Amino acid sequence: MRARVLIRPKQGILDPQGQVVERALPALGFKGVRNVHVGRLIELDVDDPGQLPEMCERLLANPLIEDYEIVE
Amino acid sequence: MRFGVIRFPGSCDETDALDAAARVGEAVILCHADRDLQGVDAVVVPGGFSYGDYLRAGAIARFAPVMDEVADFARAGGLVLGICNGFQVLCEAGLLPGALLPNASLKFVCRQVSLDVVDADTRFTRECPPTLSIPVKHTTGRYYAPEPVNVLLRYAPAQNPNGSQDDIAGVCNGEGNVFGLMPHPEHAVDPLTGSADGLKIFESMRAHVEHSVVV
Repeated sequence: MRARVLIRPKQGILDPQGQVVERALPALGFKGVRNVHVGRLIELDVDDPGQLPEMCERLLANPLIEDYEIVE
Repeated sequence: MRFGVIRFPGSCDETDALDAAARVGEAVILCHADRDLQGVDAVVVPGGFSYGDYLRAGAIARFAPVMDEVADFARAGGLVLGICNGFQVLCEAGLLPGALLPNASLKFVCRQVSLDVVDADTRFTRECPPTLSIPVKHTTGRYYAPEPVNVLLRYAPAQNPNGSQDDIAGVCNGEGNVFGLMPHPEHAVDPLTGSADGLKIFESMRAHVEHSVVV
């Protein structure tokens, strides 16, 4: 099956990419943008989706600094 | 005293590390696929871009066969020094606490920095003067740890190049035998290029190993 893993910087850890994007949008005239965070998306085909949490814990994310969300 | 310097695909500072180590002892290259540490007294995990730094810096290198041996060596009390990408690898491998994040500036930094030696009574700093002048060059050097850690080196006031937590430049594990730092001691081994302070870290390791042998 096809799965998606969304990986985000943990709350409270400085996210300079998010800050830069948050500052860039108003510069283009987009108003009212807040709380921008930049993470990454991993898409994969897996035979056993039950293994996804362990894949995230051991490789796809670093749980110390990132949160992950599995979307099947 | 025999140092082993690991070469991963994508390493680029292993030859300087080999040269630095060879100034204070014997030095050999250990290949990423090796399962034999060739009887070395200390392992150096060098800087560079191991496995392209894909996914996260250091995330793939920790699965290299040689890293299993390095983990066993560290658990047995062997000295392990991780420099820059090597520091990132050791954190990803769980041999050191914390993680390295992209620089707060999001820019590559390359400059000489002053470092305060926070703890001079360790296997990696016993030969060090109170401050060291050593270059940094990295994009992912912002150290973060949610729990207190053993800090050996801090960037001197106003010198933090990356937004690292509490100006941390180098940390060691609880047992004191694994040390990681973002600055590059192997690039500071000759006054001709600005400083030879980096040798002090290699000399500290040699002093520890030779002292241990005598005891």
